[in-house]
Amino acid sequence: MAELKFSNLTKRFDGIPALDGIDATIGSGEFVALLGPSGCGKTTLLRLTAGFEQPDEGEIHLGGDTVAGASRFVPPEAREIGIVFQSYALWPHKSVSGNVSYPLEVRRIPRKEREARVAEALELTGLRDFADRMPSQLSGGQRQRVALARCLVFEPRAVLLDEPLANLDLALRSSMQDVFSMFHRRTGATMLYVTHDQSEALALADRVAVMEAGRIRQFAAPEVLYREPADCFVAGFVGDGAVVPARLTGRSAPGRVLLSVLGQEVWCRSATATPSHVSIRPEAITLSDDAKLRSRITGCTYLGGRFRLVLDAGGEALVAFAHRRAAIGETVGVSIADPWAFCDPDADTLMVQALTRA
Amino acid sequence: MDRLLPLILLPVGLIALGPVLRLLLEGIGFGDGFTTDHLSTVLSRDSTRTALVHSLLTAGGGTVLSVLIGAGFAFLMALTDIRGKAALVFCLMIPMMIPPQITALAWMQMMGPSSVLLKTLGIAPPLGSPQPLHSAGGIILLLGIQHASLVFLTLRAGLRMIPADLVEAARMSGAGPIRVWAQIVLPLSMPALIAGGAMAFVTALGNFGIPAMLGIPARYSTLPTLIYQHLVGMGPSVLPEVAVLALLIGAVAVAGVLLSRFMLSRQGFGLVGLSGVPLALSLGRARLPVEIALWGIIFAILALPLFALLATSLIPAYGVPLTAATATLDAWKEALFVQPVTRRAYGNSLFLAVSAALILMAVSLPLAWLMQRRPTRASRLLDALIDLPYALPGVVLSIACILTFLNLPFTDLTLYGTIWIILLAYLARFFVVMLRPIQASIAQLDPAMEEAAASAGARLGRRLRDIVLPLAAPSAAAGAILVFLTAVNELTVSALLWSSGTETLGVAIYNLEDSGETVMASALAMSIVILIIALMALVQAGAKRFPKGVIPWQS
Repeated sequence: MAELKFSNLTKRFDGIPALDGIDATIGSGEFVALLGPSGCGKTTLLRLTAGFEQPDEGEIHLGGDTVAGASRFVPPEAREIGIVFQSYALWPHKSVSGNVSYPLEVRRIPRKEREARVAEALELTGLRDFADRMPSQLSGGQRQRVALARCLVFEPRAVLLDEPLANLDLALRSSMQDVFSMFHRRTGATMLYVTHDQSEALALADRVAVMEAGRIRQFAAPEVLYREPADCFVAGFVGDGAVVPARLTGRSAPGRVLLSVLGQEVWCRSATATPSHVSIRPEAITLSDDAKLRSRITGCTYLGGRFRLVLDAGGEALVAFAHRRAAIGETVGVSIADPWAFCDPDADTLMVQALTRA
Repeated sequence: MDRLLPLILLPVGLIALGPVLRLLLEGIGFGDGFTTDHLSTVLSRDSTRTALVHSLLTAGGGTVLSVLIGAGFAFLMALTDIRGKAALVFCLMIPMMIPPQITALAWMQMMGPSSVLLKTLGIAPPLGSPQPLHSAGGIILLLGIQHASLVFLTLRAGLRMIPADLVEAARMSGAGPIRVWAQIVLPLSMPALIAGGAMAFVTALGNFGIPAMLGIPARYSTLPTLIYQHLVGMGPSVLPEVAVLALLIGAVAVAGVLLSRFMLSRQGFGLVGLSGVPLALSLGRARLPVEIALWGIIFAILALPLFALLATSLIPAYGVPLTAATATLDAWKEALFVQPVTRRAYGNSLFLAVSAALILMAVSLPLAWLMQRRPTRASRLLDALIDLPYALPGVVLSIACILTFLNLPFTDLTLYGTIWIILLAYLARFFVVMLRPIQASIAQLDPAMEEAAASAGARLGRRLRDIVLPLAAPSAAAGAILVFLTAVNELTVSALLWSSGTETLGVAIYNLEDSGETVMASALAMSIVILIIALMALVQAGAKRFPKGVIPWQS
């Protein structure tokens, strides 16, 4: 297992940057998710790491070796990196054990050891009884496990996963998430996991890199992303809730500032003394009849166990949770507690994008 | 390996496109300095003009007939609920796979005063009356039947692209089946119909077997037969003049294609919607009569001539009627086991067809991979031009090959008169028959298959061998069988390139018939028909294992 490091990594397709100066380090044995909307460059980053594409600028280091850079390019077959494709890419003419043993055959591992290692990999992924089946005889989840076994059998220095759950149904997804977690615990592999599904990223990864337009917007642990988003894009893309502009009042305390939000003065958590926006998660909103900030209910959906309300407060849309169904058009009072404030000078353009996408 | 692979483009380009280029140069006097003398002499001759008119007339008439038969079958089979579609398609394909000279031979055995079948049935016309097929009408009839399946296939593929909901929407608007066909289906399938008609025209224009068997006895010459008669009569000294004639056919063919492109560009519709749902308009009570009519046509254009051919092959001598007492397999024995010429022809044709199939398979696999995964300007150019040797009439390619290989560059050696010139011509001509199925299967191959192998540690050579080869193998096999089928009974190219000792099956049948050995010619032809149908059935049996678009008669 090895550390994976990107420095100033840039890739252009027909002159248009798909990756724009990526700097990041993924620790040995760490499970990192690349999260972002489609076209943000996350798959490009994965394919550069695997060696299927060459970077235009910058370098990729794997465990201290430069595998891609200005003067050096290690082809994928020599990188010792395993990959699980979205389409699984199982070879249809080879059986399950044939698929899994291929990386060992290429490495000229003696038959006896090969058989033992294939059996071990199949055992670990729960495929022991399917060794002689052909890929076409397997279900989606089983194919996914074969792809995983094929990639872990040669003990790669890093494992890449390209939206591995995108083709599975909801129930299978959560059980495969458990398989990935178990796989990561058992092998301690360095893993890079590409997804556009934030619940997958937040559930699985040690750290999540949120990408947008070829850049990493924020690279942090899931709970940090949720509680302390770095900018409007992250605040809008990860988790539920609203992002609204705020005005400084001049008062602050260590780690806190008093801001004017929707005409109300609210104490906010913040890492900067001059924030421009606040992220208001649904849990930060309490509905009451006597609160000063009045809002009109414009939407109400049942989520199971609770209702999600969309509120219009002075032209801004807020999201709150409620235990009772509310009537559209009804007016309620809103109080905001403990939101997160941050400074995002590019906010205007970004908000438009995030909204049109939603 | 990654760097060496592109080198494969060079020999392929030279063999496939070199001769055509050489022919173009010959037209303007390559070798003797720039001149347009040959052009003006040949083009101003009466015989050239007559042959050109005959070519246009027969090819044009044949195309009309092909469109009528092919479109009729395509519309009925793609749109209605008639039964036994697969069997009908298979039978309709057989005339396309049977070589034209055998078609002509079989039809001649069905008509005219000496038809064994008619005599046996006692309805033969009196002796001395002319063979009705030895005429422009006969040539048109057979060209039309021979190429009907081209129209059928193109149109059927086009009809499958029409979203079923367009037809359903029209019916919901109150249109009956006839109105739906005339106002929705017909306009939308016009592009496919035009494309199929153009293919039939170009192929009919280049057809040598039918006008040679039917036209030469009636002194009715088309451009391909004129070239043949010139070259056979006077030898390689007339090459510059013959080259001009070849260029003339090529020009007419290209003009036909361009005209169809022009018509297509004015007919284009963007089709939006779900395709692939087969239409099945109910014919109601008309279904059985329609089915009987379709099978009747198949019987008339396929079974009847083949019966006639079989009948002729079973008599002891030409002119003897076929009865239980006279039936004999002597001609079969003679043709297959005794005559050295026919045995040699079998050997030559099998050698040529097998070699062409194997060589093309070995070259096409890496080439198709290269074109798909590492496209360069050179490979795209080759991709665009590789159709040319197959699309151009066979005589054009033959003349081009003679010109190119008569004197091998930088040596005194000649390939003219050897079997190798035929092999080279076959390689050039059938390249695309092999390449396209393999390209189709590699295009359908998820690149992730190879990327997964790369990240598992396999280098390019290993990936091609372990992953690409096994997955493309069924298409390669289908392509090889198609090349074999087309090459084994090829006549147009070998008619001009053969010499004593290098006869092919096509040449052998033509020569036997030409010298009056009709019975033996029939036996030999019948043995080839059986071989072809058996091979087609073999491909058909494996149909499920091939990717879409590999087998020409299944789309």
